[in-house]
Amino acid sequence: MNAKIIPLSELTQNKQAKIIHIQGGHGLQRKLAVMGIKEQQIIKIISRQPLRGPITIQIRGTHLTMGRGMAQKIQVEVM
Amino acid sequence: MGNPNVGKSVVFSRLTGANVIASNYPGTTVDYSKGKMRIEGQKVEIIDAPGTYSLEPSNKAEEVALQMLKEADIIINVINATNLERNLYLTLELLETNKPLIIALNLWDETHHLGINIDEKQLETILGVPIVPTVALTGEGIKTLVSQIKQAKTNKKIKPKTEDKRWVEIGSIISQVEHIEHRHHTLRDRIADLTIKPYTGIPIAIGLIFAAFWFVRLIGESLISYIFDPFFEIIYLPLITQLSEWLGPGILHTILIGEYGVEINFIESMGMLTTGLYVPFAAVLPYIVAFYFTLSLLEDSGYLPRLATLVDKIFHKLGMHGHGIVPMFLGLGCNVPGALSTRTLETRKQRFISATLLAICIPCMAQMAMIFGALGTYGFYYIGIVFITLALLYVIIGLLLNRFIKGESPEIFLEIPSYRRPSLKATFKKTWMRIRWFLKEAIPFLFLGVLIINLLFAVGFLQWLGTALSPIMGGLFGLPGDASIALISGILRKDLAVGMLLTLNLSPMQMVIAITMLTIYFPCVATFAVLVKELGFKDMIKAGCIMLGTAGIVGITLRVLLLGV
Repeated sequence: MNAKIIPLSELTQNKQAKIIHIQGGHGLQRKLAVMGIKEQQIIKIISRQPLRGPITIQIRGTHLTMGRGMAQKIQVEVM
Repeated sequence: MGNPNVGKSVVFSRLTGANVIASNYPGTTVDYSKGKMRIEGQKVEIIDAPGTYSLEPSNKAEEVALQMLKEADIIINVINATNLERNLYLTLELLETNKPLIIALNLWDETHHLGINIDEKQLETILGVPIVPTVALTGEGIKTLVSQIKQAKTNKKIKPKTEDKRWVEIGSIISQVEHIEHRHHTLRDRIADLTIKPYTGIPIAIGLIFAAFWFVRLIGESLISYIFDPFFEIIYLPLITQLSEWLGPGILHTILIGEYGVEINFIESMGMLTTGLYVPFAAVLPYIVAFYFTLSLLEDSGYLPRLATLVDKIFHKLGMHGHGIVPMFLGLGCNVPGALSTRTLETRKQRFISATLLAICIPCMAQMAMIFGALGTYGFYYIGIVFITLALLYVIIGLLLNRFIKGESPEIFLEIPSYRRPSLKATFKKTWMRIRWFLKEAIPFLFLGVLIINLLFAVGFLQWLGTALSPIMGGLFGLPGDASIALISGILRKDLAVGMLLTLNLSPMQMVIAITMLTIYFPCVATFAVLVKELGFKDMIKAGCIMLGTAGIVGITLRVLLLGV
């Protein structure tokens, strides 16, 4: 019944997902939150750079580029 | 105050009439600017602060913003209306400080294109402070903003609270005032998509950078050969020749025009009225115009953050992240703004690497213009050697510094703005501002440089130095002793130094060595001053040692490779 929960870094491109949980310290949580990245938000991957380069995401109409390491800490549920 | 890239600087320019650089990427403003305006006959001071996402700073530019907040009596909070939710976080934080606040809901026109409907009256009621929709680029709403500034209020009902509570509150506000309609994909979305996906984005990036350089050379060379050279040769030269005859031989002639009796050569004569004017105006200015015009187009369109995304992986290996390309790009114009923009990088390590690489490997446009002039006559091949050497150094030194400098290099985390069509008027204005800055900064230094060099020649110091350093220059780098004079003069202005190298009758390969070393060994005084301020004295000494060491190693290597001895 429960949909699969995966790190954002493994989300298929252009598939929408809901943020379930953000791992990592308070610093990272804050850094993400002030940009609008927090639990329950809908997120989508727009592009991935090769060789484990950064990914670009869309969240609430804004585009953001973030490193893979950061994306790994964001747990999402595919919709 | 407001989030990065919401148009604070444009609002500021509109309010004060002051000219500040604005562009379409986060972090253009790294320092504050002050301007004055009159409200109902009363003089007030307006401060343009760097953008910040919250009141807990994460880089040096944001710290500056926080400092400014403490000084303020009234806060004008500029909000990006297309991204209300995220912007409101800072707004709530600002309201909690209990300073009178007024909100400029900027980029109001964009909301209509994006299908976003905001009930600004309702928002005003909820927040309890005046809200004025604005389109700062066109000036719409600015008059209303001015008339409302006095109505700025505090809202006592908004109390300091935890982050989570703030987000809950924002969520409830958004549900009351914002309504988003579905819309179809536009051409702009297509372009946005193509330029950030690696398979299309990387070829486009390479193409664009080549096109940009080609464009800069095209404009630069055309300006020189059709406007500046004819002016100096046809109109100015006869005047100077007359002046020369009138002055006769003597120290004044040497300082103003150059050696008496030698045919006047604008680059080589080393007089204040010959070289001192020709180099900045006819050799360098055309390229400065061309470069800044092109850079402004790139900046205002919103392309740079996408480029930062594409090159992030490479820059990460060099100890920075993709945003490191911004100091590099700005540095190609002039190293001073390049060095200032290292502030947008988060850690000391990143700033150190970025600033050191900038000072070593990035020749400014003034210097490049002279390099084109000096080596262009021999062929593109020689210019190529210089630039490939510098590019290789950028990568090699970056890799090494990343390994040996302690500290963290956090990952990229960067907002990608929507593309905006650059307005030609704004582009011209910005180009003009930067040219004015160049003229103001460069010409005094060039004049001073020419004066000092002439005086040092007159007392025989430079001749002595040339002879004294001759074994080093010749023995290590295969250059004549007098090349050291040019290198040392490069501390004042590098473009002038390239001009001095021309008088030495170097072989093309010697020229390549001298020019490459000139770029590497030390930044000009203006850049040096900024670097000391940005890095601190201790780190600057470290950076300086790296520069001198690199210059030595590269000089010897090139000598072996190019001269074969």
